[in-house]
Amino acid sequence: MNMELSRRQFMKGAGVGLAGTTLGALGFGDIEAAYASSIRPWKLANLTEIRNTCTYCAVACGIIMYSKGDLKKGEKAEIVYIEGDPDHPTNRGTLCPKGAALLDMVNAKTRTLYPQIRKPGSDKFERVSWDQALDRVARLMKDDRDKNFVAKNADGVTVNRWLTTGFLAASATTNETAWCTYKVVRGAGMLAFDNQARV
Amino acid sequence: MTNSWTDIKNTDLVIIMGGNAAEAHPCGFKWVTEAKANRGAKLIVVDPRFTRSASVADVYAPIRQGTDIAFLLGVMNYLIGNDKVQWDYVKSFTNAPYIVKDGFTYKDGLFTGYDEAKRDYNRSSWEYELGDDGYVKSDINHPRSVWNLLKQHVAIYTPELVERICGTPKDKFLKVAQMISETSTPTKTMTSMYALGWTQHSKGSQNIRAMAMLQLVLGNIGVRGGGMNALRGHSNIQGLTDLGLMSNLIPGYLTLPTEKEATLDVYMSTRGFKPLRPDQMSYWQNYKKFMVSFLKSMYGTAATPENQFAYDYLPKLDVPAYDILRVFELMHEGKMNGYFCQGFNPLLSFPNRKKVTSALSKLKFLVVMDPLQTETSRFWENHGDYNDVDSSKIQTEVIQLPSTCFAEDEGSLTNSGRWLQWHWAGGTPPGEAKNDTWIMGQIYTRLKALYQKEGGTVPEPILNLDWSYKNPAEPSPEELAKEMNGSATEDITDPNDPTKVVLAKGKQVVSFAALRDDGKTACGCWIYSGCFNEAGNNMARRNTNDPDSTGAYPTWAWSWPVNRRILYNRASADINGKPWDDSRKLLWWDGAKWTGYDVPDIVPTAKPDVVGPFIMNPEGTGRLFTRGMMRDGPFPAHYEPFESPVTNVIAPKVRGNPVARVFKGDMEQFGDVKDFPYAATSYRLTEHFHFWTKHQHNNAVLQPEFFVEIGEQLAKEKGIALGGWVRVWSKRGSVKAKAVVTKRIAPLQCDGKTIHIVGIPLHWGFIGETLKGFGPNSLTPFVGDANIETPEYKAFLVDIEPISGPTA
Repeated sequence: MNMELSRRQFMKGAGVGLAGTTLGALGFGDIEAAYASSIRPWKLANLTEIRNTCTYCAVACGIIMYSKGDLKKGEKAEIVYIEGDPDHPTNRGTLCPKGAALLDMVNAKTRTLYPQIRKPGSDKFERVSWDQALDRVARLMKDDRDKNFVAKNADGVTVNRWLTTGFLAASATTNETAWCTYKVVRGAGMLAFDNQARV
Repeated sequence: MTNSWTDIKNTDLVIIMGGNAAEAHPCGFKWVTEAKANRGAKLIVVDPRFTRSASVADVYAPIRQGTDIAFLLGVMNYLIGNDKVQWDYVKSFTNAPYIVKDGFTYKDGLFTGYDEAKRDYNRSSWEYELGDDGYVKSDINHPRSVWNLLKQHVAIYTPELVERICGTPKDKFLKVAQMISETSTPTKTMTSMYALGWTQHSKGSQNIRAMAMLQLVLGNIGVRGGGMNALRGHSNIQGLTDLGLMSNLIPGYLTLPTEKEATLDVYMSTRGFKPLRPDQMSYWQNYKKFMVSFLKSMYGTAATPENQFAYDYLPKLDVPAYDILRVFELMHEGKMNGYFCQGFNPLLSFPNRKKVTSALSKLKFLVVMDPLQTETSRFWENHGDYNDVDSSKIQTEVIQLPSTCFAEDEGSLTNSGRWLQWHWAGGTPPGEAKNDTWIMGQIYTRLKALYQKEGGTVPEPILNLDWSYKNPAEPSPEELAKEMNGSATEDITDPNDPTKVVLAKGKQVVSFAALRDDGKTACGCWIYSGCFNEAGNNMARRNTNDPDSTGAYPTWAWSWPVNRRILYNRASADINGKPWDDSRKLLWWDGAKWTGYDVPDIVPTAKPDVVGPFIMNPEGTGRLFTRGMMRDGPFPAHYEPFESPVTNVIAPKVRGNPVARVFKGDMEQFGDVKDFPYAATSYRLTEHFHFWTKHQHNNAVLQPEFFVEIGEQLAKEKGIALGGWVRVWSKRGSVKAKAVVTKRIAPLQCDGKTIHIVGIPLHWGFIGETLKGFGPNSLTPFVGDANIETPEYKAFLVDIEPISGPTA
């Protein structure tokens, strides 16, 4: 965050400044410190602020997320509150009924928590480790690619395409994820590649 | 968007047609409110439903879904007939004066060269007449000038015909046309805001073209408060498209080679884009620099001048594209084995759900990466009426991988206005959820390890993919962003002094102007070049300074290309470089160079009366006639949806878009009006975003239950009560829902017939916090736009009847 003064710092400063000026001016200098310490710190002042963007539509409203714990410092961080970013030129702090409930997305009961596999014909998912899941994915990809990769077409032209596996990319992931995905998908030779631009 | 959300405040007139910004993009819509309140701007809404956008409009005009082209060409006819044309703009900045080849015609709803069996055109006559010098001949008074052909083409679209086709009362249409026509003066402008209401038709691309043509004729492109502004659905749909995550694309709107282009030289031979007018820029002449730099970023040191920069490694297309409809058709035929869904829920979002379920059931494996449990990942699970499948008969192996959501992820997203905005992770991922970059890094490194160990079929493209990240198992967002920006792969020296290094190996290029076609630069996505250069991560900039309050915010984040905020901005000034409107100036010629509030969309020293503003076109001008570049015509023409309640009054024999691709078996699945009398459409609600917010408690409380919306007259005719249960069905499927009877969907009179409209919102499935429900894709036809295959979700036929509700 390359802001000179974060809103949290400002709120902290403002609280002390207010006590200093009003009470000080009335001549109650001694009680100033006692009074200031008796005021419960603004709740959000104890939290870490993180700038993010609403995940829904492409208006891309700026948001501020507040977490207990600081992810940057390697701590476990729990997002407890999300609000519109008043500095953002487009939304200027406002959010719509979707954006206002973003915290429910983070904490949705239906978040997927573990890798799972559903075997052919089964009626349930079974939990597996990441290693098991990823090795299985790599195996399935390689077997299908090795078997069905088309190196040359009927005219002998090098075409290096793999048509029997396809990839649908997300449209709320970052550009960096998208580029990383592009490299892997095209690198493997896939042509059945699409995103949500159409739906 | 050609412009940005914050620029909308500069407009005089907003037209929302093919979208519903007040409900689907509420915080962006505030800029419409801003323009209305502070500039006295007016708002027009044209929509089949009286939406919340319509409720605050100055003029609302109803229209039957799928007839936008007739409406817009009607407006074009009005402008031409009433001489409401920004002539200086049209003559200098568009292709209106160019002469079209002899032989080009349009008759009975078809252009020259139609082949009914192939459902395609021979487009050779849709071309300019070239002189001996190789340049386009130009004479606006010639009978075959683009202008005269356009005039002739739109002449049939009278207000009476518009009313007959669209159901828009003539007085409403004329009011809209008159308001639009006022922006033909150089000091008034209009902005067009549209979304999937225009794209999801079998002629979606031509809907948008029709408005773009109006904006050119009115001189509203390249100016503040003007432009063609696609609102865009998902938060990074712009970014994923820019980065070429589509069947036939390479990042930055380069195209993937076809199998007819066996070498890089052959590939480049049709992408030279020689200027079509004297002294024009034709920016795509730099294509090879972008292509070679892309290949270097893909294959690193394995891409050399000797091996055509590893051009062979790229897969070559045998069909125009493997778009989603083609892929699901192939899957349905049993020709696909594996499929990945990364944050995508095709079971609810692709047309003809029955066909989608059947297609997924034929896969050998399906991999789903998503923060949420999606219906697609559980397509094999029985949910009664809501997903009536027999798990034991589905042999697809499904692997579900938990990914992080926005709050746990770092990187950039590109908004509708092309701003790349960086965001930071703040929360610890739940359970074992992982970032998508980690997942892709893991898949790649494991696949590579298998090829290293076992060998296999053509392993080279995989083994030689440049993957020189610090931790190959998890490329960092910064590394990936820098790679998109591009860097020098060798020391680059001054051509006049080889001892002087102008860019040292490993340094980031400042922008795409520094890219080269000799392999000395690598760049993942040329239009993103400049996003993360030696000045740092420009996407993370948060300076809110906006000089003279133009709405540009030039130091907030970074916009492509080269931080330009309004595309074609040179067109904001006249042929001599003087702004059309002094109160709204953007760029101007100071006698030696272009200067102003934005990064010029032209070489800064290009003389105003020589180089045209549309530098990406070899003509240098905006196109009213698109030559052979679109499959379904160089001008838009009215076609009915494939399922329409009326016959095409212009061309009664033509069903749908005559060149839209229809797979075998799907034509038979189109319904006719005698069996399915009502015109249905799909839409979104303010409280929901696609199929995500049904997982969110608050949103589920606000809109808990699937419904369909019908007008009062239809409800009365069918004996349907507000809140009563109905069944709605098409030739492909059936849904049950509660009926919401409103005044918002009033019947229309088209060609003497009363047309009732049925509205079907799209947010329900069988997982999440809402009640279980259905979506429009249970009903919609398996056909897409003729150019880009966006499915026809916005116009189809259904029948409806009251039913008794489910017993509790």
